[in-house]
Amino acid sequence: MMSVGQNEKPVETSIRNKLSEIFKPSYLEVNNESYMHSVPKGSETHFKVVVVSDKFENLPLIKRHRLVNETLKEELDSGVHALSMVTKTLKQWEDSGQKVGKSPPCMGGAGL
Amino acid sequence: MNRLLKISTTKSTASFCRILAARYSTNTGSKEHIDGLVKDKKLVVFMKGTPDSPNCGFSNLVVQILRMHGVKDFQAHNVLADQSLRQGIKDYSQWQTIPQIYMNGEFIGGSDIMLEMHKNGDLIEELKKVGIRSALLDQQEDENKQG
Repeated sequence: MMSVGQNEKPVETSIRNKLSEIFKPSYLEVNNESYMHSVPKGSETHFKVVVVSDKFENLPLIKRHRLVNETLKEELDSGVHALSMVTKTLKQWEDSGQKVGKSPPCMGGAGL
Repeated sequence: MNRLLKISTTKSTASFCRILAARYSTNTGSKEHIDGLVKDKKLVVFMKGTPDSPNCGFSNLVVQILRMHGVKDFQAHNVLADQSLRQGIKDYSQWQTIPQIYMNGEFIGGSDIMLEMHKNGDLIEELKKVGIRSALLDQQEDENKQG
């Protein structure tokens, strides 16, 4: 998973590695959504992550988000300025039908 | 010698003025200032752009959710217009991304959390806690009457 294009996507790779290490997720998605925004091609500025991990058990949503933010503090401090996330336990993930909503378009519109 | 002295005096006066200006101008990113913006306020949104013209899809999402609940008179602060506030609110909340939502001085979260709370119904309850009745409740009642 990490052997191809590792150098071309240093931030994405780093996000993936850190989330894997800290949350030992049973499911993980790291999506670079920078292309949806007005930044140069190949940018690594906008990300959406899906982390399914039992480490979130009994934690309110805001605490889960804080954990992810802390894990990726370095990235957020150095160039990543949008991080959208879905944080679920395995049970919640299975109950949710494993569906993730779309990110909103960059400059508004209907938004939902 | 006199000339040298004059230059150095001018320089030190200028730097002294800068220090004074920094000391006495309102630092919009300071904890005290942000305390004043969020404490005792029902609902405050720190966003990119304005509610009528958001500059970011995530900020827009929050505004649209609030509109769906009929919440119009919330206070919005455009962090793109104030770099000091933009950094200050991140430090204040210990949360690195914008938008950020506060209710009664308490940090609620960003757009993902607002969307989740909207979907699972918690937002109606949170709004109730700060004395705002969600318009979605009226809609539900109407539907019940009709049904």
